[in-house]
Amino acid sequence: MKLPPFEYACPTTLPEAVQLLAAREDAKALAGGQSLVPMLAFRLTQPTLLVDLRKLADLRGIKITETGVRLGAMVRWRDIEDDARLSTAHPLLQAAIAHVAHYQIRNRGTVGGSLAHADPAAEMPGIALTCEAEIAVVGKSGARVINAADFFTGALTTALAADEIIVEVRLPPWPQGRRWGFQEYARRRGDFATAAAAVFFDEDASGRARNAHVGVIGVADRPLRLANVEALLNGQTIDGGTIAKAETATAAAIDPPEDIHASAAYRRALAGTMVERALQQAGK
Amino acid sequence: MLIRFEVNGSAVEVEAEPRLTLADCLRHQLRLTGTHIGCEHGVCGACTVLVDGDAVRSCLMLAVQAEGAKVTTVEGLSDDAELTPLQKSFRKHHALQCGFCTPGMITTAHALLSEEPDCDAARVREVLSGNLCRCTGYIPIVEAVLDARAAYRDNAGGVAGKA
Ligand SMILES: Cc1cc2nc3c(=O)[nH]c(=O)nc-3n(C[C@H](O)[C@H](O)[C@H](O)COP(=O)(O)OP(=O)(O)OC[C@H]3O[C@@H](n4cnc5c(N)ncnc54)[C@H](O)[C@@H]3O)c2cc1C
Ligand code: FES
Ligand code: FES
Repeated sequence: MKLPPFEYACPTTLPEAVQLLAAREDAKALAGGQSLVPMLAFRLTQPTLLVDLRKLADLRGIKITETGVRLGAMVRWRDIEDDARLSTAHPLLQAAIAHVAHYQIRNRGTVGGSLAHADPAAEMPGIALTCEAEIAVVGKSGARVINAADFFTGALTTALAADEIIVEVRLPPWPQGRRWGFQEYARRRGDFATAAAAVFFDEDASGRARNAHVGVIGVADRPLRLANVEALLNGQTIDGGTIAKAETATAAAIDPPEDIHASAAYRRALAGTMVERALQQAGK
Repeated sequence: MLIRFEVNGSAVEVEAEPRLTLADCLRHQLRLTGTHIGCEHGVCGACTVLVDGDAVRSCLMLAVQAEGAKVTTVEGLSDDAELTPLQKSFRKHHALQCGFCTPGMITTAHALLSEEPDCDAARVREVLSGNLCRCTGYIPIVEAVLDARAAYRDNAGGVAGKA
């Protein structure tokens, strides 16, 4: 369908953008437009004003320091794919983002847009949650930092206030030698995940896992971290026996929805398999 | 809103409502009907154009967002007299039947080959996975793109200065 009518503003500073959003109750930020424009076309949302963030150059950079990786909200999937530093600075992020959408969409879709849109099957929210990222936002009452664990509150729903703009997402530093895996199943590469798993852990001197993190996407109304599976991995050698236990524990921990693409039972089994394969990948 | 940008090398000035997509602006305001609209919500790839060299879906971009940009549509790849090597390759390999998806396939493949003239079949398939074709079964399209690589290694696909 053609889009419903709205007004358009293209501010050049962040304070101006916040002011525009704050001044009108049903105003919305526009980043890559790769989720918002389809929502408009389906008339699922009808804002009266779009505030385009494209001229906010401060929101574009990827910063890598000893405090971790900072992705500006307007960083595109393409920028993450092209940044050679990330293959060591955050290989899990790069591997996960390789599954996001198709070529043309990757040239426009952004990190901030994906976090704010909060699709339960989207990769970036899953990585933010699994890696304990912080999401820095600015609104009319000032700046604040929201932990990813508190950010996603439901399908397409977040802790963001209507006048708040995501500025950047901060991923904690990635030590050398960390073990990780990312596995996703989608009917066609680039489509949203039917289910996917992101895992990482560090190893102590005797080769046992510690600091295990296990996240799944596509199996609930938001990305999930599986504390029971993490507890089961910590202190163990990640061998076939441990991995089989983790697979069973994953399936037991989730209560996935049923939809046109997959039954609940299938999704449950698939999530277990994704965790199994991600752990196998991490062990290699 | 009055917007100015460049299309296929020429400066244009258009009066556009904010809700007008770039796809509709190109087709209706500028009469460049080579850009096709299939789904109008970002899943088919028929509307692909290049914006500052990047392949994008023009149904998911507002015309007002093109302000100041350089837009290339399928019309901008060749002059009317002669097809580009990529277009000739599509003809040679029977990579189109009804032709509805073809402008999107050509613009997407052009962007890919301009950046990665040595890409392999797996990469071509991955990049074209977001472009739907209901006629050809894709195999001839992949063959046509692979066959056109040489022209991009040698002379930018025969469209230097235009892309
Ligand atoms: C065919 C298709 C397939 C796709 N497949 C996938 C996939 O497999 N995985 C995946 O993750 N995504 C997928 N996407 C979605 C794509 O990645 C989107 O780009 C992304 O989810 C939203 O980013 P955007 O920059 O386009 O945001 P927009 O569409 O511009 O905005 C989305 C929402 O976020 C808000 N917003 C945007 N930026 C900010 C900000 N800085 N602060 C506050 N709010 C903001 C907007 O107001 C809007 O509500 C797909 C899209 C399409 C069309
Ligand atoms: S018309 Fe734009 S992707 Fe289908
Ligand atoms: S040739 Fe008919 S849709 Fe591709």
